[in-house]
Amino acid sequence: MTAISGASASPAVRSAAGRFADFLYRRPNFYLLLLLVPPLLWFGAVYIASLLSLLWQSLYTFDDFTMTVSHTLTLANYTQLFDAANFDIIVRTVVMALAVSVFSAMLAFPVAYYMARYATGRTKAFFYIAVMLPMWTSYIVKAYAWTLLLAKEGVTSWFIHGLGLDAVLQFLLDIPGIGGNTLSTSNIGRFFVFTYIWLPFMILPIQAALERLPPSLLQASADLGANPLRTFRHVIFPLAIPGIAAGSIFTFSLTLGDYIVPQLVGPPGLFLGSMVYVQQGAIGNMPMAAAFTLVPVVLIAVYLSMVKKLGAFDAL
Amino acid sequence: MAKPNLILTTLAAAVMSAASYSAAALEKIGPGEGRVDIVAWAGYIERGETDPAFDWVTEFEKNTGCMVNVKTAATSDEMVSLMAKGGYDLVTASGDASLRLIYGNRVQPINLDLIKAWESVDERLQNAPWHTVAGKHYGVPFEWGPNVLMYNTDVFKTAPDSWKVVFEEMTLPDGKSNKGRVQAYDGPIYIADAALYLKAHKPELGIIDPYELNEEQYAAVLELLRGQHELIHRYWHDYNVQMSDFKNEGVVASSSWPFMANLLMAENQPVAMTFPQEGATGWADTTMMATDAPHPNCAYEWLNWSITPKLQGDLAAWFGAVPAVPAACKGNELLGDEGCATNGFDNFEDVYFWKTPTAKCETQGSCVSYSRWTRDYIAIMGGR
Repeated sequence: MTAISGASASPAVRSAAGRFADFLYRRPNFYLLLLLVPPLLWFGAVYIASLLSLLWQSLYTFDDFTMTVSHTLTLANYTQLFDAANFDIIVRTVVMALAVSVFSAMLAFPVAYYMARYATGRTKAFFYIAVMLPMWTSYIVKAYAWTLLLAKEGVTSWFIHGLGLDAVLQFLLDIPGIGGNTLSTSNIGRFFVFTYIWLPFMILPIQAALERLPPSLLQASADLGANPLRTFRHVIFPLAIPGIAAGSIFTFSLTLGDYIVPQLVGPPGLFLGSMVYVQQGAIGNMPMAAAFTLVPVVLIAVYLSMVKKLGAFDAL
Repeated sequence: MAKPNLILTTLAAAVMSAASYSAAALEKIGPGEGRVDIVAWAGYIERGETDPAFDWVTEFEKNTGCMVNVKTAATSDEMVSLMAKGGYDLVTASGDASLRLIYGNRVQPINLDLIKAWESVDERLQNAPWHTVAGKHYGVPFEWGPNVLMYNTDVFKTAPDSWKVVFEEMTLPDGKSNKGRVQAYDGPIYIADAALYLKAHKPELGIIDPYELNEEQYAAVLELLRGQHELIHRYWHDYNVQMSDFKNEGVVASSSWPFMANLLMAENQPVAMTFPQEGATGWADTTMMATDAPHPNCAYEWLNWSITPKLQGDLAAWFGAVPAVPAACKGNELLGDEGCATNGFDNFEDVYFWKTPTAKCETQGSCVSYSRWTRDYIAIMGGR
């Protein structure tokens, strides 16, 4: 406090900018407010307000014949979410999002471990670029490319045929629930495409978590007589959980909201994202679309609270 | 206090300009606004970009100075939704969209005095119920045609004569089942295709009009569609994806538009189309003008242009459709003299044109309405 009075007292005449700077210095709270108001306004107006207006719209009534929205308030849209056909959509999406998250974590862990603990210099740079490179191309291009790769007369089938694994593929495709007519119209195909597209989002957080793991802990574990498996179970894995949880936030929420991949690859039947798109974009039923958008919002909120317990945000 | 006033003035100005848009129909076509925005089916408004021979936009732009902007839509629901958002001048609405647009006040009546060639329009279309309400004409007929059965000629040496190949499990001429090798359209209006099939094969249901179904008929139709779900490779939505599926995915039969069949045949793919014995659903499209069309003069210019015989004939050849102007059938190089007959000019009576199913219906008093069609079709596509 003495510093303030000293600074402002010394010059007799100050420029306007200087006086303003003094003013800010004397009132740190005002200074903070000045810096925070624009981003808070942005958040409030663009994120929160649009979300609230969406939720408000979900209470409007939709007239099926003229396809217009009337402002009569109703909860019918929410009860309709639990109609069998609509509930199917929710379950279908959530199951896929969970499966993709688990499988991505399994694939990502070894890659991330190698990147964090073994790769150095050029190898490390190569791995970083290899993981990030797919993210430089448009996501739609990649999804379309996969429709051709997975087509019955496409590269994947040709390759499988070349390896003489046709019977294995047919066996997989015949499994009810995950199979289908061809790879590009089956749930397995869709699952692969999702995993491919979101995998980098899983590798990077796990890699970051593993890099923070002190090597001394591993040495201590070995000194105390633990074999590698035990070290993994009791030291490495628990310390990597925040990274896995952080990665799964990406894979889970991105799969939950996606509407391009389900449209291009996989069996008939809508996903949450495509249902919102159909309701809003094709039918113009904004209230129903808004009700459907609430589903991922709630699911993600639940998921985040679970992940918080696992410590994904402790390192923030 | 200056700010609220400013906002109020802006709002008032916006309201006033909105009000001036919705003025009554034009009395006289004035100078063009330099632009016209059209919502259309894919392939309807061609400027020679896909094939240089098919171009009916460049000349219009040169004559009138109205630049044509096209927004393509894949389903009628999408068209209604786009028009509800506003900002477009014209829409090529099929019968299952046109009445919804009229009753929803999205489109305005057309002043027929400004359509110079109105008398040349096919008499069967002039007063068609899908665009004429209470004696007022809400659009100018554009083109019509059947939804055809597209099939692979390597598998079918002779054209399949029934829609059975897409509705019921059967062995195809190549000795394999049709399971996983057929497609259906991903729009609720496809329920009418199934109803049309049952009209011929289950006469005891007494279906007269496939768009007017009572509870019992509707249940039987849904049953058929649920069975069909097992056979379906994919519900097609995007015409590009359907074409790719015929080429790369081993799909051999599907309801389709002549447009895709023509494109695939032009690529020398083993594909042909046919008009099965049960008849077919079809579309009869009308160019309608938005209530708040921002470029009304250019819109009227396009309406006049849209029924010139040259355009009508070229479009018919391109889309595999039938012109709304019979004069277009003669002397068109691209269509040929047989073109109209091939595309179904004489089948008008056998085509069940798309229209919106309503709860109150002519043939049996009370029917299942379109909202339930939408809901149930989404459920069926989801396997329920």
